[in-house]
Amino acid sequence: MCLAIPGKLIEISRDAHGVMMGRANFGGIVKQVCLEYTPEAVTGDYVLVHVGFALSKVDEEQAAQTYKALEQLQQLGELDIPDVDDADAKQFFDSTSAAATP
Amino acid sequence: MKYLDEYRNEAVAQKIVDEIRRTVTRPWVLMEVCGGQTHSIVKYGIDRLLPSEIELVHGPGCPVCVTSLEMIDKAHAIAQRPDVIFCSFGDMLRVPGSKDDLLILKSRGADVRVVYSPIDCLKIARANPDKRIVFFAIGFETTAPSNAMSVWQAKQQGIKNFSVLVSHVLVPPSIASILQSPLNRVQGFLGPGHVCTVMGYEEYEPLAERFRVPIVITGFEPIDILEGTLMTIRQLEAGRHEVENQYPRVVTRQGNRVAQDLVNKVFEVCDRKWRGVGSIPKSGYKLRYEFRDHDAEKIFEVKEIDTQEPANCISGLVLRGVKKPHDCACFGNICTPEHPLGATMVSAEGACAAYYAYGRHLEVEQQPAEAAGA
Repeated sequence: MCLAIPGKLIEISRDAHGVMMGRANFGGIVKQVCLEYTPEAVTGDYVLVHVGFALSKVDEEQAAQTYKALEQLQQLGELDIPDVDDADAKQFFDSTSAAATP
Repeated sequence: MKYLDEYRNEAVAQKIVDEIRRTVTRPWVLMEVCGGQTHSIVKYGIDRLLPSEIELVHGPGCPVCVTSLEMIDKAHAIAQRPDVIFCSFGDMLRVPGSKDDLLILKSRGADVRVVYSPIDCLKIARANPDKRIVFFAIGFETTAPSNAMSVWQAKQQGIKNFSVLVSHVLVPPSIASILQSPLNRVQGFLGPGHVCTVMGYEEYEPLAERFRVPIVITGFEPIDILEGTLMTIRQLEAGRHEVENQYPRVVTRQGNRVAQDLVNKVFEVCDRKWRGVGSIPKSGYKLRYEFRDHDAEKIFEVKEIDTQEPANCISGLVLRGVKKPHDCACFGNICTPEHPLGATMVSAEGACAAYYAYGRHLEVEQQPAEAAGA
């Protein structure tokens, strides 16, 4: 019910009653969107649309930042090398060296 | 699609799951507030990717599910009037009232129409001046701006034959109600991302402080939900209880002020009865007095309705996160999406319907057989 999806704004206009409307492209499907709540949106912006109303512009910079952070998490996970300052790591190395000692 | 596909990336999802595994040290119960999140969690099996310490329970955030039986029956009474064209979002059509549902009424000749947007009702109203067009205005804060705009425009444009039957509900009072219940097990919340796109998250800060629970405003894609879970677990493990925002690409702390302004012009806060939960103070919106000419409850005097819920339905406990769908003896056998007993089986976002859609009722049936074989 609270489903809202991002669409790319391809046209902005006003209807016969002066309501700010537009058309947004959702992966190939184009639908009418009311833009009264996102007066700052311009053609080419992505807007989050719920039951025919744009509720927010999608902040491209924030989206890129979040995704970059998640990708870094991925890289860190791949490296999976414990920090030498890390107490667990210290314990790991200690126990390893202890095990190596006859 | 941009801003959707990248948040479904399996490799990234796995890395977040790994990070959650590294972070968690003991059991925690989290609730996702919104029905859309519940749907994603069950669809992608996110609850099963998580370490066993983390239990996700499903929240009350499905407006179709929580619309009171009295209101559904009222809608049905209005929809049956010959002078009415009754408009609704599609997922309300099969919600059972005490006797019927809207689809049955339509099959008997009632003019019931599904609309994509409430604003479409204004076109129907202009095209049918001899009819009275009633829209079933349900929803959380996400939908309130759209419904408010339809009423506002009807008044501005002098469309007198359009009214709304309002059953709006609000998230923060329902979170407070869950946390105050003696049955509560929830220790942290994945907050409702699209509700907060409209409302911002300032109003969640006193809740986090008062009940000492972390609330992480979270999106709807698998990566969003996993990241929201990680952020909540990090808070719980560190003993923090703050409001954090996982979904900054659309949510800001102050929300959409333009939308809030119109919502406040058209609606005022009222007590609201939730199906399966009961009355929660100040948990809904009703139309302001200035818009009484567009208020279906005032226009159509519906006499007192005697409502009846099936005695064996536990949807109220499911909505509060106390029970899971498969705790119910009726789940998947006498209660199915084709013949729902209660509201959580009706809407695709109801926890019972989501469990059913993704085959979890079959697992319930298989369990005794496995036990017998073991």
